[in-house]
Amino acid sequence: MDLAFTPGEQAFREEARAWLAAHVPTASLPSLETAEGFAAHRAWEAELAADRWSVVDWPVAYGGRDAGLVRWLLFEEEYWAAGAPGRVGQNGISLLAPTLFDHGTEEQRARVLPPMARGEVVWAQAWSEPEAGSDLASLRSKAVRTDGGWLLSGQKTWSSRAAFADRAFGLFRSDPDAAKPHQGLTYLMFDLRAPGVTVRPIARLDGKPAFAELFLDEVFVPDADVIGEPGQGWRIAMAATGNERGLTLRSPGRYRAAADRLHALWRDRGGPDGMRTRVADALIGARAYQVFTYAAASRFLDGASLGPESSLNKVFWSEYDIALTETALDLLGAEGELADTEWAERYVFALAGPIYAGTNEIQRDIIAERLLGLPKGRR
Amino acid sequence: MRLVLDDEQRAFTDSLESMLTGADTPSVVREWSRGEHGSGRALWSRLAAAGVFALAAPEEYDGVGVRPVELALAFTALGRHVVPGPLVETIAAAVLLPTPDLVKRLVSGETLATVAYGGPYALDGDAADLCLVLTPDGLHAATGHGPVRPSLDPARRLTTLTPGALLTSEPPLAKALLLARLTTAAQALGVGLALLDQTVRYVRQRTQFGVPVGSFQAVKHQLAAAKTALEFARPLVLAAAVTLDPADVAAAKVTAGEAAYATARTALQLHGAIGYTAEYDLSLWLTKARTLRTAWGSPEECRDTVLSAGDPHC
Repeated sequence: MDLAFTPGEQAFREEARAWLAAHVPTASLPSLETAEGFAAHRAWEAELAADRWSVVDWPVAYGGRDAGLVRWLLFEEEYWAAGAPGRVGQNGISLLAPTLFDHGTEEQRARVLPPMARGEVVWAQAWSEPEAGSDLASLRSKAVRTDGGWLLSGQKTWSSRAAFADRAFGLFRSDPDAAKPHQGLTYLMFDLRAPGVTVRPIARLDGKPAFAELFLDEVFVPDADVIGEPGQGWRIAMAATGNERGLTLRSPGRYRAAADRLHALWRDRGGPDGMRTRVADALIGARAYQVFTYAAASRFLDGASLGPESSLNKVFWSEYDIALTETALDLLGAEGELADTEWAERYVFALAGPIYAGTNEIQRDIIAERLLGLPKGRR
Repeated sequence: MRLVLDDEQRAFTDSLESMLTGADTPSVVREWSRGEHGSGRALWSRLAAAGVFALAAPEEYDGVGVRPVELALAFTALGRHVVPGPLVETIAAAVLLPTPDLVKRLVSGETLATVAYGGPYALDGDAADLCLVLTPDGLHAATGHGPVRPSLDPARRLTTLTPGALLTSEPPLAKALLLARLTTAAQALGVGLALLDQTVRYVRQRTQFGVPVGSFQAVKHQLAAAKTALEFARPLVLAAAVTLDPADVAAAKVTAGEAAYATARTALQLHGAIGYTAEYDLSLWLTKARTLRTAWGSPEECRDTVLSAGDPHC
């Protein structure tokens, strides 16, 4: 066992640190859940991409550095430690791109990935429907065969980033007569500005349009935008949800940096004795998530797949994020009530963690049934 | 960066596990709790033969050098099987003692040692052949021990010690305390893992309303929470063994201790009244989870270490 990084990895870390020190905006960008902030974050993505820092683990051909998993983790540590902005392109980068690498065509990768890496095309996910959240297999939006492609109709909801994004990806029922609900689904990419699409932004708790409803009325999608085989959408999408819950969506670097900022805030302000325990637990939790990820990455590099273990990640980071940001608000006292601070924005974002990417109730069922071997039964 | 066990470490863990599985440790614990040390001493010799105590001593003292990762693995197994006795204390003694002869006897399993540090009580002073006391002056041999006081964990028998002759005025205290804290964390992790396994087995078998209670979501979610807590403690213990950074060791102790204790509470709840009885073996793990939580550094002491060390990095 060895927790040291190679000289090459250290050099990569230092190169990233130096670049970030020179480029990270000194004043924080406006919230990416506003039109103004979305535009500012797109510009930041372009700046990252210009020096190949937006997708370091991707192949060079698509704008990456082919850096691998360990260097990606190091980059993430440096990125968040530098106080760099949140990633507006995250849905595409962490959910759609891995799916395209595994199941897309060469043509799709060449067409979709470079503009994604540059922030020119920002992707929204379109999974949930009004009657299909945790029970995703029950979704009803349909894809009907037409000349040269498909016509999408129905309603998607809770679509993160869709208020300002360009394109979306999601599952559609292409064979209503399939024997089981998760069969007969097709995975498609579509344009949020195509004829027949209506985007209705939804304000989250703080009033910002962080997600949206999508109404689709015979929206044409060419065959070129089907991912994998028609009817195989479920299998392909499930691979992506593992990414969503696992380490690629929430790298430990984000929490490491947040815990260090909380520690600094506590040193500045002090606080009653109870705060001491909570601040220490935030530091301990960041270290726990960091080394848990190192262990998972080590197994992954040895050829293991992460599988249902990603449910452990999801439960951990979503609960940890709330505890961390709540502690900061409590340390801030009266100022903690102000909505236009970075901690408040983080807190509101954290509150959604146990709900999205599969509720924590569903994750605990997965842990109990698939990792502990308990029988399926009454919900 | 590579945080996985190698083949040798896996083989060591597997052989220790299989030896302990065959050793009927619950009977050994029950005898030890009554002050009958024969079966415990016999098991102790087998642990020594497996090389457990050699992991804390230099080669010239018949050890293999200090091997914190292997110590953590061994103590996780000792916790899983609730092996009784001053195990952590013997490791600490092997690091503290300046005398090769004594250390060699610890490594061979011939001698059990206990150490009093930071509080009035030492573990198993009545069973130990060598009783040590750490004072601000240094390391002393004890001249005798007081009466045995029962612990919340019947397997832990507490005595006061009276300091006698000074053995060394400058023992390697920091290193000994770090290894004691690390091995206690690993032991707690093992206790928690065993509690989870036993409870999963129980709720699969026990039926109510015509179905296994493990099929109820209220039961599943408690066990999923225990699994999550323990799985996040496990790599912390290993990483702490690799870095031996005081903040990492303290973080591992808090996390493993709290995860094991929370799992004990869940295990008791899900077993119902049978789990609340002394006669059912679950009790041996339940009570140990509570006492390991405060042994060799309470959660608050460990949190202080984390806060004052600043940011724990590799």
